[in-house]
Amino acid sequence: MSSTHNLMVLCLAFVSGFIIMAIELLGGRILAPYFGSSIYVWGSIITVFMLSLSIGYLMGGRMSLHNPNLGRYGIFFVSAAVLLMPLVLWSNSMMEFIFLRIEDPRYGSLVVSMLLFFLPTAVMGMIAPYSVRLLVMDTARSGHIAGMLYFISTLGSALGTLATSFYLVLWFEVNSILLVMSGTLAIAGATAIGASRAGLARSTN
Amino acid sequence: MKICITGIFRISLLILTMLTSTMTSAQIGLRTIHQERSLYRNILVTEDYERRCMRFTITDRIGQNQSCRYLDDKDKLVFPYAKLVLTSLLVQDNPERILIVGLGGGTLVHTYSSLFPNAEIIIAEIDEAVVRVAREYFDFEETDRIRVETVDARVYVKRAGLRGEKFDLVILDAFNGEYIPEHLMTMEFFEEVKMLLPQDGMVVSNTFSSSRLYAAESNTYREVFDQIFNVRMAGTGNRIIIAPMQALPDRATLEQRAPLFRERLERFDMDITTFPRLMQTTADWDTGERPLSDQYSPANLLNN
Repeated sequence: MSSTHNLMVLCLAFVSGFIIMAIELLGGRILAPYFGSSIYVWGSIITVFMLSLSIGYLMGGRMSLHNPNLGRYGIFFVSAAVLLMPLVLWSNSMMEFIFLRIEDPRYGSLVVSMLLFFLPTAVMGMIAPYSVRLLVMDTARSGHIAGMLYFISTLGSALGTLATSFYLVLWFEVNSILLVMSGTLAIAGATAIGASRAGLARSTN
Repeated sequence: MKICITGIFRISLLILTMLTSTMTSAQIGLRTIHQERSLYRNILVTEDYERRCMRFTITDRIGQNQSCRYLDDKDKLVFPYAKLVLTSLLVQDNPERILIVGLGGGTLVHTYSSLFPNAEIIIAEIDEAVVRVAREYFDFEETDRIRVETVDARVYVKRAGLRGEKFDLVILDAFNGEYIPEHLMTMEFFEEVKMLLPQDGMVVSNTFSSSRLYAAESNTYREVFDQIFNVRMAGTGNRIIIAPMQALPDRATLEQRAPLFRERLERFDMDITTFPRLMQTTADWDTGERPLSDQYSPANLLNN
């Protein structure tokens, strides 16, 4: 029971790592029609991703203090899935709005990145520390577990980057990729919530 | 001890490599007179006994010449692509406002400003360093009617459209490097460019004639402009697309107009009367290849 639980947490962390970087890469693609593909556009995107992840880590860590469980963990995924939807539905009108109001493409792209990426990325950042909490059994092994988790989620990020830039953009439209990512997050979240309901829990420590 | 030996071996190998590379350069008389790394690329200015070139490089060896000119004759065009661009004069003549995307060594700016001294020319060049090098090594000069904007062309075109600006001629020449700016090769971008064109305006684009990208790009233009001329020439990897707002003139009209320009273009080492036959309207590419859009723009992957 415990090992199924841990395996599930690791798989989900992998999925979130994969999707974070896939979206960051697509971010450049999404912003280019309005702000170009200059170095500062990438600067804006990376800044916002780092910022939102850092805040997500902080919040996720804090939330793991109170009654950590798989069900709540699943809610992070479902929330991220929902928060990705504005990117598909309203990104063009949002970018148009900002483009018309901010002349300097540096600050234009920074503001747009905040509007489009901050919330979904912050929520996905919450997943990492929460995963550690769900996996850690005792303080002695906490570093080992955290290392394993970083390994899995960063490996997911590496593969997400590779898959998106080498193949996905060659095969699919940006919005199709985003919809599949959102769907995957929703399924991942539903799985965790379902497992939580079915009573799959880490053996108590 | 072992480290020492391998160290010596490495150093001698390095010296040997350096020697051989300088020798080959010396043999063809090619020397680098300027080199700098910009935010976007390495810019190299090379010179041999007859011409000076700007190249964007990855290493000293790999990289294409972006722009070249003869040392003794500034007008004479080194590359066929510039001549192919000039064939668009047979479609629309006498532009009063011209937008050129991508400066390079300023060959097209020089050519068009000599042909149309009263025309206003605006150049959108993303890389400040290219502008600097063009000024210093290729006699590029801004005047009251030639102006450079250091800006991403997509942003420039969008804003110019919002301001209601018009250009009789838009030349897209940003696709020479190793990396294609993918957001400048989509239906949406061409639609935005179209907004800048008056009734008798046109777009002339210098691009590639190989790989799946050739088909994809051609189809993209055809989606946005009803008809296009595809201008290709044996022995060059470039091809030119001419996409006017109005209907294309037929072959007979082109043949008729060519002699009128012959004299004016002679100084560029070009006999325009030989070009109408290169201006094709039929598709010699796969018309089933998916057109490029902001949603689907893997131009660099298609160019592999």
